[in-house]
Order: sequence, then C-alpha cells, then structure tokens
Amino acid sequence: MPLSSAEVEKVALLSRLLLGEEELRRMTAQLGDVVEYVRQLDELDTTAVEPMAHAAELSNVFAPDEVQPSLDRELALANAPKRDDECYRVPAVLGD
Amino acid sequence: MMADTAYEVIIGLEVHVQLQTQSKLFCRCSTRFGAPPNTQTCPVCIGLPGALPVMNEEAFRLALLTAVALECEIPSFTKWDRKNYYYPDLPKGYQISQFDLPMSCHGGLEISDAKGAFPDRRVRILRAHLEEDAGKSMHDEVAGKADSRIDLNRTGTPLLEIVTEPDMRSPQEAKGFLTELKLLLTYLGVSDCNMQEGSLRVDANVNLHVSTPGGVVATPIVEIKNMNSFRAVERALAYEAERQYQVWLETGRKKGDVPKQTRGWDDQAQVTRGQRHKEESSDYRYFPDPDLVPVRVTPAQIEEARQRLGELPAALRSRLQSDYGIDAYSADVLVNQGRLLVQYFEAVAQSTGDGKRASNWMQQDVMRSLNERSMVIGDFPVSAPALAELLSAVQRDEIDNTRAKDVFARMIDDRCSASDAMAALGIAKVDEAQTVELCREILRANPKAVADLKEGKQKAVGALIGQAKQRNANINPGRIKEIFLDLARSEQI
Amino acid sequence: MSLIKASATDLLGYLQSGQVSAVELLKQYLDRIETHDGSIHAYLDVAREAALERAESIDRRRSRGERLGALAGLPVAVKDVLCTAGWATTCGSRMLQNYCPPYDATVVRRLLDADAVLVGKTNMDEFAMGGSTENSAFGVTRNPWDLTRTPGGSSGGAAACVAAGMAPLSVGSDTGGSIRQPAAYCGVVGLKPSYGRVSRYGLVAFASSLDQVGPLAATAEDTALLLEVLAGHDPRDSTSAKVPVPDYLLASRQPLGALRIGLVREHFGAGLDSEVDAAVREAVDWFRDEGAEVKEISLPHSRYAISTYYIIAPSEASSNLARYDGVHYGYRTDERAMLGELQESRQRLLQEGDNAGAENLDGTLVRMYRKTRAEAFGPEVKRRIMLGTYALSAGYYDAYYLKALKVRRLIRQDFDAAFNEVDVIMGPTTPTPPFRLGEMIDDPLKMYLQDLYTVSANLTGICAMSLPCGQTGAGLPIGLQIHAPAFHEHRLLQAARAFQQGTDWHIRRPDLC
Repeated sequence: MPLSSAEVEKVALLSRLLLGEEELRRMTAQLGDVVEYVRQLDELDTTAVEPMAHAAELSNVFAPDEVQPSLDRELALANAPKRDDECYRVPAVLGD
Repeated sequence: MMADTAYEVIIGLEVHVQLQTQSKLFCRCSTRFGAPPNTQTCPVCIGLPGALPVMNEEAFRLALLTAVALECEIPSFTKWDRKNYYYPDLPKGYQISQFDLPMSCHGGLEISDAKGAFPDRRVRILRAHLEEDAGKSMHDEVAGKADSRIDLNRTGTPLLEIVTEPDMRSPQEAKGFLTELKLLLTYLGVSDCNMQEGSLRVDANVNLHVSTPGGVVATPIVEIKNMNSFRAVERALAYEAERQYQVWLETGRKKGDVPKQTRGWDDQAQVTRGQRHKEESSDYRYFPDPDLVPVRVTPAQIEEARQRLGELPAALRSRLQSDYGIDAYSADVLVNQGRLLVQYFEAVAQSTGDGKRASNWMQQDVMRSLNERSMVIGDFPVSAPALAELLSAVQRDEIDNTRAKDVFARMIDDRCSASDAMAALGIAKVDEAQTVELCREILRANPKAVADLKEGKQKAVGALIGQAKQRNANINPGRIKEIFLDLARSEQI
Repeated sequence: MSLIKASATDLLGYLQSGQVSAVELLKQYLDRIETHDGSIHAYLDVAREAALERAESIDRRRSRGERLGALAGLPVAVKDVLCTAGWATTCGSRMLQNYCPPYDATVVRRLLDADAVLVGKTNMDEFAMGGSTENSAFGVTRNPWDLTRTPGGSSGGAAACVAAGMAPLSVGSDTGGSIRQPAAYCGVVGLKPSYGRVSRYGLVAFASSLDQVGPLAATAEDTALLLEVLAGHDPRDSTSAKVPVPDYLLASRQPLGALRIGLVREHFGAGLDSEVDAAVREAVDWFRDEGAEVKEISLPHSRYAISTYYIIAPSEASSNLARYDGVHYGYRTDERAMLGELQESRQRLLQEGDNAGAENLDGTLVRMYRKTRAEAFGPEVKRRIMLGTYALSAGYYDAYYLKALKVRRLIRQDFDAAFNEVDVIMGPTTPTPPFRLGEMIDDPLKMYLQDLYTVSANLTGICAMSLPCGQTGAGLPIGLQIHAPAFHEHRLLQAARAFQQGTDWHIRRPDLC
C-alpha cells in the first residue's frame, strides 16, 4: 500500500476535509492506486530538465498603479453565508 | 540585561513594510487606510471564483528601489508563489508571495549609535520579497457573540518582507536597526512606515548563546510577534532574553531540542506569552502561482533604480559633518528628521555660511516648535530664507540671541519675515553714537558704579546694562558692556 | 421552417436577411429544450425570460438599422463554470449552489458585446473535474445518441445541448480534454484553444496553467465563428497572450494545400477500441486522398502524460479550491450542529479519560472548514484536492509536483520536435466510444486513463480540436482529434472544414423522440 490511512488522514486535515471511516478506507485505496501509477515518472532522469510551471512562458505582465472603483459593499457581501451590515462573520478566530 | 550574565542575545528581524502605492498589489482597489470595512474590495481581492491577479508595476518599482538601497543582489529572474493556509482573513486560501526565488537577497544595512549605545555594525539582509497583505479579523466584543468579523479592505495591499540575518546582539541594536530602516524607507518614499496603521510590522527571532564551561551553547529560537512600536520591540526582546536565560537555567534545553516556539508580546503586562500552534499549520505547500507570470529584471533597470535613490541617510550624515562642520550627533539628529528638514537646514546653513549656528537653531528652536505644534517641516510657517535672514542679523550683531528668539516666535505667529517681525517688535538697528551717548548718561548718573569700575570691580556693569536695556530694548548687551568699560576706563564721561 | 438543423453561420444569414427574427429563432430552441432537456439534462438553468427580452431588443435594434455584433441574435449556451453577473454560477457544485457572481467573465462579456443571446448555463462535472458529467451535484447529463451513456465531460452539457439541437453554439472549458472528449462522445466539434488565446478571467479555476475556454458547435465553420468572438488579449488575465486574432471563419475556408499530417505511433496502441481505430484511420485516409502527406511520428513521453497531468492538475486544484471555505461566499455547514458535535466529541473523550484526544480535537474554525468542505464537495473533487495536497506537501513536492513539471517540459519538447516535421497531428480523441453511465464511477484511475490522448495539449499549451469522423456499429459517435502548434487554430479549422466539405459525419443528428 503506497499510502497509509494515517497519511491520508493527515492530508485530509491539510485539505480541510473530514472523512468518515468508510470514506477514509476508500480514499486510501483510490489515492494509493493513483499514486502508485504516477510513480512511473521515477523511470525518467530529469536532472537536467527545467521545470515548466506555465503552458505559455510569458514574463513581465504589469498593470499601471491606477485606482479603479471597488465593488459596492452590499454586492461584495451579497454571497456571504453569514454577515452583518459591514463584515463577513465567522465563529471566533481566537484560539485557532 | 545584567552585566554579569554569561550570554549573548542573538536577534534576527522580519519586517513587513506596506509599500506606498495607490492601488493594491494584484488589483486596482485603493490602499487608503481607514475606509469603512469592506468598501475597498473587488472580485480579485475577495478571491471570488474566476478572478485573476495582475501585478502592480509601481509596487515592483518601489520594491526594487528598496532592494537596491539595501545593497541587495537582484536576480535577473523572480517569480510568484502561493503560500497555502486557511484563515478567514485570507480569502483565497493562499497568500501570493515569493518563496525560493525572491526578487532580492543578500544585502545589508549599516547601523551605529551616535551616543554609543551599541557598536557600529552591518546588519545583513537575508532577503527582501514582495507579497500581498491579508485582511483583518476583529473580535466582536460589543455584540457579545462568539463571532469574528472580517474586513477585507487591507487584503492585497503590497508588502515588502525584509528578513535580516541574526546579526543583532542587543535589544538596543534591534531598535537601532529598525530606526535606520524606517529612516531609509522614508527617505526613499516607498512607505510611510506608520506602525499605528500597520504600515510597518516587526517580528523577531531571538535566542541566546550561553557561555558554559563546555563551550558556547545556543538556546531554542523563539519567534516574537505582536510588537506594536519600536519601544515594544526593545522591551519584548529584553524581557525575552532574560526569560530564555531563566528557562535555560531551569531546563538546559538547547536549540533543536524543541520545535520553534512563537510567543506574543503583551504590552500591558510587559511579558511574552506562548501562542498555541499546531504542527501541520507549517506545511504551506508553496508552489509557483500559475495565474501570474515571472518577472525578469535587466541590469539597466537595476542601474536606473540606483540612479533614482538619491542621497541616503548614511551618506548624508557624513556629508553634513564635512560640509557644515557640525558634529556626528548633530548630523544624526538632523538626518533622522527626514530629507525635507535636512534640505531646510542646508538652505539656512548655506545662506548664513554658519553651519553650527544653523544646526543649533534647527535642533533647539525649529524642531521644538515643530514638536509643540505637531507639525512637519513642509508646513512650518518660517521658511528657510526667513530663518537665514534672522540668523544673519544675529551674526552681524544687529540683534542678540535672546532677542532673536522673540523675533523667531513672532515670525511663527505672524508668518512673516525676520525684518517684519523685528519692526513689529520695535527692534531697529541702534545707532552706535546714540548708544555711546546713552551709556554716558547712565554713567554720569551712577558715580558709585564708575568708581567701582575704575577699581576693576566689573560686577558693577551688570546693573548698568540692565538700566540701558530698560531705556532701549534693542541695544546689544555685549556691545554695551564694552562701551561702559571703555568709557569708565578713559574717564570720558 | 425548422431551424434546429441549420448551422450557426447559416442562421446568422437568415437573421441578417430578415428571414427569421432572433425571437423566432430563440423560441424554436426553447421549445426544443422544453421537449428534450427533461431526458438529457444538458442545462442547469435556462434563462427563458431574460433571453427572450434580449432577443427582442436585438430584433428592435436590427430593425432600427443599428450595427450589430458578430453573433447578433444567435442563442449561445454557456458552461456553468463561467461567471455571469447576477446569474447563478454553480460549477455543478453544492458549494456554489446559491452563488451569484457580481461580475461577468471576460468571454461572457465578449458574447454579450457580440449580441449573442445567452440561453442557459450547461451542466458539468463538479468544478470541471471528471469526464462523464456524473460528478455534477445536480444530476447527470445523458448522451443524446444513447440516453444510457455518458455525454462525456466535464463539458457534457455543453456538448449534449449542441448534439440535441438545444443550442447552435456552446462555450465550454477544457483542462485535460473537457471540451474535446464530450465533443467526440456527442458527435459535435469542440476546440481547445492554445493557452492564452482566450481569457480565463471569470472562468472558475480548476487548474490554472491548463484551463482554457473554447467553443463547441456542429461544424468547423460555426466553431470558427464562435472562437473569433471568444479569443483575444485581456489585460485582466496575466497569462493572456498579445497575439492578434485572425478572421477564423475566413481562415477556415482557405483550401487545404499540402498538409503534412503526423500520426502518433503511441496513440494507436493497446487500449484503443477497434471501431475508433478504424474510423480515425479512415478519416486520415480521406486527407491522404486529398493530397495530404501522412507520416508516422513518435511522442516518446506521451506515455507519461496521464501521470504528469494527474499530478499537476490536482496540485493546482488543491490550491484553487482552498477558497471554498464557507467564509466569504458559498456553502457553510450548520454552525450550531457543528458546535454541538464538537462539544459531544470533547465530552466523550474526556469521559474516556483521553485528555490528549480532547486537546487534539479541531478548533471551531478548523472544524467549520472541514465540515463545510466535506458536505459541499463531491467525491471526485475531494479525491483531487487530496491528491494535489499530497503532491505539494512537505517531503513529496520534489518527487511528485516538481518531477511532473519537468516531465511536462519533456512532453512539450516532443511536440516541438514533431511540429518541425508535420503541420498537424491527428489521432483519436478518446480510446473508446461513450461508455455507460455508472460504468467507471468507482474506479477513478481507470477513468483518468481515458484522458490519454487529450491531456498533452493542455500540458503543452498547444491547440487541439475534436470533430466527428465516424460511428460505431451501434451508432455512437467517434471523434478525430487534430493538434496544431500554439496559435495555429486557423490550421485546425481549415483541416476540419475541408473534411466536413467532403464528408457528412457532422450533419448526422441523434434521433430524439
């Protein structure tokens, strides 16, 4: 098994996901299959190869420093799951 | 720090500076401080699905200018990375920052203290990189609910993160570094460095090198946050050094024995307190941001930035000393007031040809007046030529120093020239012949004093000068004294 | 007169000459949707009233003699991954079920500026992750050719609505084949433009370095017509290219000339369905008969494309989808229930004397994130987020993510070398005809392997399209895929249009009762 369920649980926390027991078992197996498959890349010697992070290799794209209108606050907050007249609201961030 | 402690404090700083752009780093929302919550946001800085960042050219220009001023190496290629973590004031779930290829590295800043609080030192800069600021979480105490409120106005404001090597050896040095850095940044005009508004934020990494019979031992490194002023930095570091020493005595723990700890400075209690943090939170999974393209910097661009730097504080201090014959301390005081005040000083000094007098007046009178009025030199009612006019009058003995201060006060109140203020105060240049005649009159009326003077009892002249000043406030007491003595001696009364 | 089978370019002519009004045209499509979308479910939302209003206004403006845009009066379907101001944009996810963007995607703006009539938002795999539209939170889309089969995905709705005559033009997005594979399965044309050809601003990101918006239509000419409206530089997208947009319709109509076609040796190996193999070879023979030079080429790293793709795409996705945390928009778990659950767990652990366990329980905020995301994301999205998080995490970055970026360059170099020898590369779009719904749902790896032929165009940034080139004995469509170098879309369109001049696969439509 290329991945242990403990590793998968750790990844779930990093991903901010919560897996039930059955889900964890299935996920461990499925991710294991994929990870095992993609390990085929190990066959290739890539020491001298430059990584390619972008499909089109552009550089120096800038915008001028000119203020443009912001969203109306009501529109900005319109999709918030919990809010007041001014702000988004979440359970207290203290202690986290 | 106690003199007999057998340890050395090792301090490195991480400084976040907000760059003075009009708009944010990756969108065109305003960066203005103090707007009502969530009124300066858009799809990009709220991280709405589908929105994309575009780099602010001015932010990069300001960062480059700073990096060059900090004598950093500027690599020809730099890129943007995502630092992934979850927090309510980080709406995208990642911060756009720079990881393995920052826009600048390996620079340094010379620091010294004119009063000798610490030895001259070059604090090495490990790196300086650009990143976006997060928003603000506010705990809602008014409503009494266990909710936090999130304001995203600040989200996306350009920050330059400047990381030093652990080169500072005392809290005073750390403060000295911050003072010098702030001065440099304000000279460059890249940031207003206002700590109250969060334009400049400081975290410190600190540990001790303890001398033991077995050699020097390093204690675990602690990161200190929540320091809201330079004074707080100094105090927090002093507290932390002593705390770490006590912990060392109790536990003997060395660097590497425990994971890096983060502590927050409690300014009310004047202590640092441990902050809870989970191990997994440090896996930021940095990777190149696919939404942004890299930046290539040419030698010509770096040279252009160098040309734009202007005269920086360190060079300015030594030039003021050599050009105007003022001492190191005075040069330091003047330069620390900023470029505009130095320009003012130079105008006065050049116009009067007396740097020392100009420097004294700047430090005693001009700066005090500015402080009293909470004013900056740009708004000061007395222009440099006006002050030069006044000081020239003093120089020519047309007016004594004490009287000149009255004139100066009048110039501030009436926003007028030195001559107008003198006229308003009834100060006119006193005719020499008139003065001699006045002195004769006083001597004639005071034969006892004349007799004393003849016997060499110079004390007697004081009362005479007082009488003369009562009769004419404008006369120069120094000159009068000479006249009295001459007349008494020559008996030409 | 029924206009459902007419091409978009013909419809444009009828509209311009006044043979039909935009409202009449739209009504035919709306009727068609009314009749057939119940069984196909290509649309998540049909903006009936808004579309009618818009069609009326275009008719009015036309009658006043105003100058109108390039698509004036043509109904266009938009994949629900593109932001539409004031109109729900769900990405097929429960997470965004009630999400209403405050802005239009640049391509949506371009469609509106071209006076297109946006008829509806089409169904898709959740956040464009999948190849069957079975991962939509709002029900599967069915293949109009066989309702028991998948239309493909993730742009399944986008392809199915064209195949079923429920829109003449459709906009999709393609991260690893999400336009081309459903186009092949549904017997329509779909084009994945070169990376940077079309703005991504307002395209809800799956994997930003691979995503590209593109057109789906019944014919190559219609595809050209739509691409020309979508393409072009956008200052809001840093990765958008400043490359001039040619007149694609005109370019598609140029004679074929001496085309050099490459056939990839590695694309005709094991796993390729024999009927697909035969149809693709027959299509290539058609080109040979027309004077094209056909040669076998090799893309030696193509066997690594799936692995490379399934590291890079999930890695980017894991970060792109971090914003769905229930704080600023979208779904949030029931806070009270979540708090109660946490409290209960804590008490239970303390009763059991497991103080450390109680101490290690998630904080409120962390639990809110986890519950929110666990409840609102479907299994495939979770898998990819997990996979990407794993590939980027400390200790694995070099072995997975960085390695994949390097192999990506090797794959790109293969294509660069190939295009020194040939003008286009042809092959199958998919290894098999459309599979049955549910057939692969429990075997993600098997599903991923279906993307064998399509992911390379995304990894390398080149352009590629799929067009119908045959049918199986059971009457299921088969797609021919053509690749061309970056910013050579005109070459794809020219080849495809020539093929459609000489064949009739693109005219065949499913029998819908």
